[in-house]
Amino acid sequence: MLIHNKSIVLTIIMTLSPMALADDLGQTIVMQGNGKGAMACSICHGASGAGQAQAAFPKLAGLDPEYMQKQLEDFTTAKRNNPVMSPIAKALTKEEAVAVSSYFAQMPTPAPASANVDEPLIQAGKRLAEEGNWANDIPSCFACHGTNANGIGANFPALAGQHASYIEQQLNAWRSGQRSNDPNQLMASVSQRLSEAEIKAVSAFLANLSVTEH
Amino acid sequence: MLVVFMLHTKINIKVMPKLNLRVLRLQLGAVLLSSLTLSQAFAADKDYQVELPAAPEGSVTFTSPNEADIPNNAFGDAVRYGQSLFTNTQQLRGKYVGNELNCSNCHINKGRKANAAPLWGAFPMYPAYRKKNDHVNTIDERIQGCFTYSMNGTPPPFGSKELTALVTYHYWLSTGAPVGQALPGRGYPKLDTPAEAPSVSRGEVVYQDNCAICHGDNGAGTQVDGHYAFPPLWGKDSFNWGAGMHRVNTAAGFIKANMPLGKPNSLTDQQAWDVAAFMNSHERPQDPRYNGNIAQTAETFHKHQCFYNKEVDNELRGQGVK
Ligand code: HEC
Ligand code: HEC
Repeated sequence: MLIHNKSIVLTIIMTLSPMALADDLGQTIVMQGNGKGAMACSICHGASGAGQAQAAFPKLAGLDPEYMQKQLEDFTTAKRNNPVMSPIAKALTKEEAVAVSSYFAQMPTPAPASANVDEPLIQAGKRLAEEGNWANDIPSCFACHGTNANGIGANFPALAGQHASYIEQQLNAWRSGQRSNDPNQLMASVSQRLSEAEIKAVSAFLANLSVTEH
Repeated sequence: MLVVFMLHTKINIKVMPKLNLRVLRLQLGAVLLSSLTLSQAFAADKDYQVELPAAPEGSVTFTSPNEADIPNNAFGDAVRYGQSLFTNTQQLRGKYVGNELNCSNCHINKGRKANAAPLWGAFPMYPAYRKKNDHVNTIDERIQGCFTYSMNGTPPPFGSKELTALVTYHYWLSTGAPVGQALPGRGYPKLDTPAEAPSVSRGEVVYQDNCAICHGDNGAGTQVDGHYAFPPLWGKDSFNWGAGMHRVNTAAGFIKANMPLGKPNSLTDQQAWDVAAFMNSHERPQDPRYNGNIAQTAETFHKHQCFYNKEVDNELRGQGVK
């Protein structure tokens, strides 16, 4: 009901504001691609931006728009080396990258898709996310990604409800150096100190979290 | 209140011989016992945030008990309340706290982390005699001092439930620690004197590259939904000119071992000194012991490495901001 109301309001705003054009562009690319090498985002990320857990395609709905723009930019360089996304990002103009980012950003965040019921694993992940593991100089995830991992600005993305498979994959990409676009190499530093078991646990915990409305 | 401050000024100027000071203090003590407000001011002044001695070398072996083992009785309730005050000190905002900080911003991991002035390193070392104020300082006074300076507030009085809960939390974290024996990991590490004198301008570069992403371009921190996710480092919402952290050497040791968060010990010593100088070259709330004259206050209380009463960008530091 709430979401329904919101989308009515959004539709009104969209039809009245100068953002409408950018949103049209964003929607077109998400649904159909740009016809110049960037296929429709929705094929992998879904029309509602929910992503796909099995394939580790991230949820994009509700993420910070500047954060997503930066990722698209970094996919065009070696800083975020990804065989699927790199060619797509290279095929997008700057204007198109901005449009798809803001299109996904204003979507309501879907409820967590996975309901992992491995309680000890979730509890271990919760401890790490809330308290860190200071014996190994790992701060709590929430210290930088915000209470409940709702995200803080353009540099610290929301993690609540993100697919466990994707979080796990990214932490491993930082460890291996495949991903190196994190500001100040903060995540490279933290992920080096995480154990395999900690990565599994914290990813499962974060995936189960619901985003709380700001 | 006024009388006490005037007397303090006299005492602190240290022109009187020690004997007289003691007599005066005895007389003062009698007067002070009769009034709660006066005893608060007295206690605050007793803690000068004196620099801690270096911790002994060696690996950190002490561990505090697990939170899950806090007993379910009145003692446990006090421990839990103390922990909650320590990590969310903002619940005392306006009452005892005058800035946007929490104790745990500087005493990392709820006061447990070695080399971040852990509470288990502190509690067993009090009461302690301090030559600087010729007084035996208790843990209560040390904590009250942190309220006066680090929290830029008014300390909770002796015997208040807040102070008692905080002391109880310090005590509980120290379970099993030897009394009167300094442990490795106490305080913040002391860095060697840097090859080059700490430089504010080099520090600014270090700051923009390593700190601004969280603490903001102007050191004001980052707020989310009305709470500080990343605390302010200078300006009206940070620690004041009397806090231990305003000393460049103390800040350098803290930063080296604890910042950037998640990347401890990643800066070189020189970078830590430089960024500490940059951070502490900015204005912050006035030293509560300020007697109306910056130079005099500096002479009495700031004979250490700091920017109080120094010129930075042609402006005198130590004027305070509200
Ligand atoms: C990734 C974010 C991040 C970065 C980068 C970072 N800090 Fe911090 N800093 C924090 C957080 C969070 C705290 C509070 C710690 C807590 O409560 O657990 C803090 C606390 C502090 C404090 C004590 C509290 C205060 O406000 O005075 C100082 C001083 C400080 N940081 C200085 C620095 C300096 C200098 C740098 C750069 C070398 C830096 N920090 C880099 C996140 C960061
Ligand atoms: C702005 C940072 C900051 C904040 C906030 C802060 N402190 Fe401190 N605290 C320090 C510094 C700096 C020292 C002295 C360390 C040194 O000299 O090496 C210290 C020392 C202490 C000590 C003595 C440590 C020892 O080993 O003897 C205690 C106890 C303490 N603080 C308690 C508290 C409490 C309780 C609060 C909250 C009411 C608090 N602090 C808030 C920075 C801070």
